[in-house]
Amino acid sequence: MKNKYSIFSLVKNAFSYHENWEKAWKDPEPKKEYEAIIIGGGGHGLATAYYLAKKHNIKNIAVVEKGWIGGGNTGRNTTIIRSNYLWDASAGLYDHALKIWEGLSQELNYNVMFSQRGVMNLAHNLQDVRDLKRRTHANRLNGIDAVYLNTEEVKKFCPIINTSPDIRYPVLGGTLQKRAGTARHDAVAWGYARGADEMGVDIIQNCEVKGIKRNGNNLEGIETTKGFIKTKKVGVVAAGHSSVIANMAGLRLPLESKPLQALVSEPVKPVIDTVVMSNAVHAYVSQSDKGELVIGAGTDDYVSYSQKGSHDIVEGTLNAILELYPIFSRMRMLRQWGGIVDICPDASPIISKTSIKGLYFNCGWGTGGFKATPGSGDLFAHTIANDEPHKLNAAFNLNRFVSGDLVDEHGAAAVAH
Amino acid sequence: MFIIHCPYCGEREQSEFKAGGEAHISRPKQPSELSDDQWAEYLFMRKNIKGVQYERWVHTHGCRKWFNIIRDTSNDQIQAVYKMGEKPPIK
Repeated sequence: MKNKYSIFSLVKNAFSYHENWEKAWKDPEPKKEYEAIIIGGGGHGLATAYYLAKKHNIKNIAVVEKGWIGGGNTGRNTTIIRSNYLWDASAGLYDHALKIWEGLSQELNYNVMFSQRGVMNLAHNLQDVRDLKRRTHANRLNGIDAVYLNTEEVKKFCPIINTSPDIRYPVLGGTLQKRAGTARHDAVAWGYARGADEMGVDIIQNCEVKGIKRNGNNLEGIETTKGFIKTKKVGVVAAGHSSVIANMAGLRLPLESKPLQALVSEPVKPVIDTVVMSNAVHAYVSQSDKGELVIGAGTDDYVSYSQKGSHDIVEGTLNAILELYPIFSRMRMLRQWGGIVDICPDASPIISKTSIKGLYFNCGWGTGGFKATPGSGDLFAHTIANDEPHKLNAAFNLNRFVSGDLVDEHGAAAVAH
Repeated sequence: MFIIHCPYCGEREQSEFKAGGEAHISRPKQPSELSDDQWAEYLFMRKNIKGVQYERWVHTHGCRKWFNIIRDTSNDQIQAVYKMGEKPPIK
């Protein structure tokens, strides 16, 4: 049993200058065989291992990660959490995640700094207004909190927004989900890693998967840089590299991997206490607890695994930010980076079985996977343990690209993909 | 961000172009005879290669002509450019 984090453990460890804290997770070498292996040690992968161990009583699990845990898209996103999606299937999926977020810090005994500061989506033209009103109604029918705000109410909720009718894309209104917000992305990976490790999951870092070994339609194991590991069940949660793993297994996926950029400013005093997203001009902004503005930009339209995007994408986003928030005109940007996101043709994820027995994929989250981390792990664990999807992820199967039953959230999900 | 050598206009910034995805996916000759699986393969399934990939681009803010590129997607280095209908210069 790990020591519980509390005010008492903090005081106790202060006496030894915080030098004797127990390691949050071990650093084991891989065993010869596991009951299940998760490829990818990001938030989704670690959450999958955590729920497999906790809810499905599978203890002999490994998570293999080619770099360090949380070093991919988990540590590169803009930490926005919301569930105001248009379609019933998406609303069910993302609100399932949001409900887990609400109790996650207590469940993990790890402060993920979940902050329900609200997410506001702006409308800049008549079509935006109609779409956002329609989405508000759809959300409320699905039991998701959503309100429509007019221009004055937007200004009241976030006073630094320029609501002048004279700007290029004037603010005509917006929607607000008050239960939405942000969380500390690294803490999510670390919290799940600590929780999974406590239940006996081996978290193996610096271990790159080189091949998937199968005999006909049955899985035999995975080839890695740390040798062959035998297993009958593999869950792939490799985000931008999902197609790379699929190619090893001889599968093709409906994915394209593209760079998505984000940037943060120098830290300043509190100036924006919510998250504001704008679909039409593709700019979203929030402020971290350190005081940095966290700004999300768009994706490039070409396939790339280079983890850097084009300058013109950042320029376009900052143009929009400066028009909406003239107060930021002299703000300096501190860092900029890119992550590789795997995008489905319908901009919805895949949490699914495959044609190979024992091989499962959780991918296609595109530009918006962070918010779903706990729900995605929970539902993927269910799918792996039962070899059947949960009813909340049944619609997100691979076969929808054959049947045509797509979950078309492109443009309907309140932010452009 | 990188420079693309348009076969019609010469060297231009990548932001003048639009990517058209994987190249050499030919339209089915007899669409009415395709199964749902074959349609899915044609419409949605992509190689999405990490490494050397054949792809189509269009010079949107220039001559507006389509052409093919061979590019390494792991570092964005372009290895060859060739016109539509031509055979790839390297295999």
